Amino acid sequence: MEKEWFTISVYSENNVGLLNRISGIFLKRHINIESLNVSKSEIDNVSKFTIVVYTTQKWVLNIVGQIEKQIEVIKAFYHTDDETIYQESALFKIKSDLLFDERQIQNIIKDSNSQIVTVARDFFVIAKSGRRNEIEEMYNQLKPFGIMQFVRSGRISVSKEQMNITALLQEFQEK
Amino acid sequence: METLKANKKETKKQATIKISGAEAIIHCLVAEGVDLLYGYPGGAIMPVYDELYKFQDKLTHILARHEQGATHAAQGYARVTGKVGVAMATSGPGATNLVTGIADAQIDSTPMVCITGQVPRHLLGSDAFQETDIIGISTPVTKWNYQVTQASEIPEILAKAFYIAKSGRPGPVLVDITKNAQIDEFDFSYEKCTGVRSYKPVPKPNLEAIDAAATLINNAKKPLIVFGQGVILGEAEEELKALVEKAGIPAAWTILGLSAMDTDHPLNVGMVGMHGNYAPNILTNECDVLIAIGMRFDDRVTGRLNDYAKQAKVIHFEIDPAEVDKNVTTEVAVLGDSKETLSLILPKIKENKHEAWHNLFKEKYQIELDQIITPQLNPTKEGLTMGEVLKEINIASENKAVIVSDVGQHQMFACRYAKFKQTKSNITSGGLGTMGFALPAAIGAKMGAMDREVVAIIGDGGYQMTIQELGVIFQHNVPVKIVVLNNEHLGMVRQWQELFFDRRYASTVMTNPDFVKIAEGYHIKSTRVSDRKDLKGAVQEMMASKDPYFLEVRVEKEDNVFPMIPAGASVSEIRLK
Repeated sequence: MEKEWFTISVYSENNVGLLNRISGIFLKRHINIESLNVSKSEIDNVSKFTIVVYTTQKWVLNIVGQIEKQIEVIKAFYHTDDETIYQESALFKIKSDLLFDERQIQNIIKDSNSQIVTVARDFFVIAKSGRRNEIEEMYNQLKPFGIMQFVRSGRISVSKEQMNITALLQEFQEK
Repeated sequence: METLKANKKETKKQATIKISGAEAIIHCLVAEGVDLLYGYPGGAIMPVYDELYKFQDKLTHILARHEQGATHAAQGYARVTGKVGVAMATSGPGATNLVTGIADAQIDSTPMVCITGQVPRHLLGSDAFQETDIIGISTPVTKWNYQVTQASEIPEILAKAFYIAKSGRPGPVLVDITKNAQIDEFDFSYEKCTGVRSYKPVPKPNLEAIDAAATLINNAKKPLIVFGQGVILGEAEEELKALVEKAGIPAAWTILGLSAMDTDHPLNVGMVGMHGNYAPNILTNECDVLIAIGMRFDDRVTGRLNDYAKQAKVIHFEIDPAEVDKNVTTEVAVLGDSKETLSLILPKIKENKHEAWHNLFKEKYQIELDQIITPQLNPTKEGLTMGEVLKEINIASENKAVIVSDVGQHQMFACRYAKFKQTKSNITSGGLGTMGFALPAAIGAKMGAMDREVVAIIGDGGYQMTIQELGVIFQHNVPVKIVVLNNEHLGMVRQWQELFFDRRYASTVMTNPDFVKIAEGYHIKSTRVSDRKDLKGAVQEMMASKDPYFLEVRVEKEDNVFPMIPAGASVSEIRLK
């Protein structure tokens, strides 16, 4: 079976230890987590994990089954890249002098649709949201000028299909 | 507490009383119907032991001789009763010593609640004396775990622990309780847990799936049932029998499914898997519909997956959705509790006999009988076989004993040759293969079924892994019958070395102590048999004893378990020698 990129979305209770439990499922199968994001979701008191893996359909099914089995997990889904809207965020910290000395940097900021978040005496910070390849392209453009610090977030994504978590929660409570 | 419990029956919420966390733990256990637990005290759990001392009339605590023994005893108790087994330990090494038993319970779906003490809340993360991150350590091998750091959390968390351990596909739960939470007082009230928002223990049966499964079964020419422990856990033994008899389908079992159906039932065709019976293994690759009930297609059952039942349409009755299509792709998955789904399908099943198909099983059985079973049960060679010991136990117990086996050759002989009339009678470590399981598990099994004979079948290797639990048997006069089949080797590993490693017996030869003297040291009646003529009498004497009894049988040193599907081979490649 061919390996593909999958985004796993997990709706769960917000409990200490659940992250460990979920990451352990990948560890046990020797599958690397490419990116991980945990945040609140559209439902009060429900957390959402967004996990990106590069693996086969067979394994992603196995993993999603195991994740869903965890007591505090409400529902887990997986999607291919075509089935989701997804983004990552990145921050670039650059020397302030360069903003004035290197006109090209202003062009990069404009062309990439990124924003300057802050300007200090010594450095300024650019924020960029987008697909992984867009961020990487910007990184490559800025690199020759010198990047003081760089960081990229995990993927966040929403599915194109509907996720009926509220209905599911209702069902759980009715049973 | 009596009034408190009485009140509880009438009203859901009862008046609260201010008690310590430790005392609350006792009341929670009593409210959950626990009357027996196994454990080992230590610094971080002492407040609870102090309460156990005060409540001895309500709760019996059995001091294991090692925390691992406590878990296996709790498992044995759970497996024989269907109730939740409880084990308790202190923090640090006490807690880590539970891990093997917890992992065993996880893979064999045994309901168990483990309670561990933990250093006080303010010392967490300080590398305090006997501090260990047991939540982190136990996460991959528990169904659920939780660290309690405040006394007031205790009732809700313990209620949840018992609910989760027992419901759906059962499993072990660990609750780690910091010492301050045991000492602090709070307003106690207890309510049983009836549900957890994010947890759906039993999937609702899908009637379309049931119809589809019924159609497949009714149209099958060569159907085969393979049932596992899901039948026992779901208490669906009667439903299984009804299905097997109505549809006339040969039924085989996994090691943990053993005893769910009378071993002498004419449609019971034996064990599948690595050392299972010849007919069900080889005919797995000839059946047209394979009906798996409450089993999980372990690799020891399937052999090489690429050549497992490829010709068959597979129906999988299963409570755990994560098991469906995990190893074997199914045509129809019937999710739900086995008792419920089997009851639903039964009226849709047409009566059938499948005589020609049965005759194939009989033919294959005859081959195994001639080449393997008869020489094993009625040997003509000089050395004693493990099989003949089992035969004598069957005779003396009239197939009514609970058989607790350890792990290795003797386990395979026990599961192949022990006879059962009653369910929940075969207690063994199936998934994890934990040597040292049987002696403590037999203690738990006996204490859970005092009216039944409990016979532990153990090899000389596994016996020495938890031999210290003889102390429990002696101290509490637990009348288990212990049979050590001594071949002075780690027999199963030696068998593999013989077959696959050119007889290089690396670290499998054992120089053993005098086991009879050791048992005598614990004041346990004991005998040794090395000669066939003494075997029957010794087994009879053991079974007739009202007290604990130890029997060592010196068996042939280099006997092998056959049939055998070598690791990685197909079920069709099963070897008779």
